[in-house]
Amino acid sequence: MSRTLGPVLGVAAIEAVDVSRTYQLDGVSVPALRGVTLTVEAGDYVALIGPSGSGKSTLMHLLGGLDRPTGGRLVIGGREVSGLSAPELARLRNETIGFVFQAFHLLPRTTAVDNVALPLVYRGVGARQRRERAAAMLGRVGLGHRLDHRPNQLSGGEQQRVAIARALVTDPTVLLADEPTGNLDSTTGAAVLELLERLNAESGVALVMVTHDGEVAARARRRITMRDGVVVADTATGPGGVGS
Amino acid sequence: MRLAEAWRVAADALRANRMRSLLTMLGVIIGVASVVLLVAIGTGTKQTVEQQVEGLGSNLLLVVPGRLDVGSAPAVSPLTLQDVEAVGRVVGDPARVAVTVASGATVRAGNRQDFTTVQGVLETTPTVFARELARGRYLTRSDVDTGRRVAVLGDSVARVLFPDREAVGQQINVAGVRFRVIGVFTPLGQSLGVDRDDEVHIPVTAAQRLYGTQRVDAIAVKAPDRDRIDDLGQRIVAELNGRHPGTEFSAVTQEQILGVLGDILGILTGVLAAIAGISLLVGGVGVSNIMLVSVRERTREIGLRKAVGARPRDIGVQFLLEAVLLTSIGGLTGMALGVGGALLVAAVSPIPAAVTWWSLALAFGVSAAVGIVFGVVPAQRAGRLDPVVALRAE
Repeated sequence: MSRTLGPVLGVAAIEAVDVSRTYQLDGVSVPALRGVTLTVEAGDYVALIGPSGSGKSTLMHLLGGLDRPTGGRLVIGGREVSGLSAPELARLRNETIGFVFQAFHLLPRTTAVDNVALPLVYRGVGARQRRERAAAMLGRVGLGHRLDHRPNQLSGGEQQRVAIARALVTDPTVLLADEPTGNLDSTTGAAVLELLERLNAESGVALVMVTHDGEVAARARRRITMRDGVVVADTATGPGGVGS
Repeated sequence: MRLAEAWRVAADALRANRMRSLLTMLGVIIGVASVVLLVAIGTGTKQTVEQQVEGLGSNLLLVVPGRLDVGSAPAVSPLTLQDVEAVGRVVGDPARVAVTVASGATVRAGNRQDFTTVQGVLETTPTVFARELARGRYLTRSDVDTGRRVAVLGDSVARVLFPDREAVGQQINVAGVRFRVIGVFTPLGQSLGVDRDDEVHIPVTAAQRLYGTQRVDAIAVKAPDRDRIDDLGQRIVAELNGRHPGTEFSAVTQEQILGVLGDILGILTGVLAAIAGISLLVGGVGVSNIMLVSVRERTREIGLRKAVGARPRDIGVQFLLEAVLLTSIGGLTGMALGVGGALLVAAVSPIPAAVTWWSLALAFGVSAAVGIVFGVVPAQRAGRLDPVVALRAE
């Protein structure tokens, strides 16, 4: 598995410089991130680890453009996040980021193919083309035979595959996965992980994964460890990793 | 997101919660149906009354003591037959002047009886009010002059008293006095639940003797010239004021009566519509409530949609369309029920009901507007949700 298959090598997909995020809770400032500097390169495979409360989730939300930093500079897909309006940020997410959540977050009563096509709806893609692209993407995650199944007719592993297909149907540059195997048994989890790694290798989408699981983290080419809102370690672990 | 797509999403969401959508719509359905039905009844009543007043005959001038106005009490008439002659001189043609002195009375024939309105009139009535006889003849000048005890029956009175034989030529008993039937009117039919054929005409002189009075309740004049009808009215009022100092008289035309009745019925229709409008408002509050619940329930869905690229506006439009769809479907259903109800009321009850296009357009417009007005707050709330918070929601 080599990242030389990635299309735009060495170009930063996300760049964070001294990024901080402070929440206001009942008038009290609670710092969740206190100056994080890191770069996610195109095609990267990063595991983001650390104890709960260390700021992993906050960082994920910032990297995915779901939230804006209260300090520092955050550039996603070449665009400075703090200068973007809510609609512009939505468009940036649509075009450059794919999300995979621990709880899948599929729309109930909606078929697999329609779930996968959802991001294309907000891109203004026509119905027929949406279905074609979503069906093709479901094929790539091994669910070509389950297009019209609803989430409650799919196993946990299958649901997460649908979610992965949804994250990738827009051809994003970064795939953010928050505990993607957290709700799955070990066998299914391993299969989902392999799928993510294969897609990372094949399409060159950068994979950033929050995980508690040491084994999972060990497979990433790069490991970022967080504690108390700061990055305490950023190490290359696998072949071709992008160490700090 | 394309608008067609947003409509589809909204329709799907309503379909997913069929029972709840239906119950929410019910408020709007009832509101719109009652607006349509009540406005139809108000309009129908107004039309019927207008037709009736116009049906009295053209160029009509009614002279009554007191004021003809909304809310004024009828005055006891000081008018006498001498006044009627004076009015005839002002008009220049006594044949254009009719009078009435009316009272309720029990009319008997053999063992059959009927409580009806007995009107003392002049022989001029058919000319002034455009009434026609089915059989027999009307009163003559000599009947009036001599106070002859003859009577012309309305169609229903004739049917009640003489169900199986010809009324003309028979004897009837009015308040203990015998009269001979000389004619029967052609039927006028019913209006507003009132039987317009339930009346008996007798000479005014006979009526005054019967009731022990010299008074005349009202004078009606068929003006010879439409253009100078107001001028004629003023001259008649001036003459009567001279003869009865201290009493006020009014001469009103059909247009004025229509105006006054139109005002009253317009207010009635407005009040009915307002009452119905309140139920529509309550329905709208129900829509707002359900939309807020829906936004809360689907917080995670909103978060997910935002994560994959939905702008605040996309989410807002989605929920707004859902509310508008809810009230529009409810509005259309309510319109259908309202029209059906109006047709039913008109068919089986004496209450007239006329469905007008403007009331349908208004009801539908208002229900769609209710969707927008009451959908805006929930939609804005949905659109402004922080995606991070929304995704974390249970």
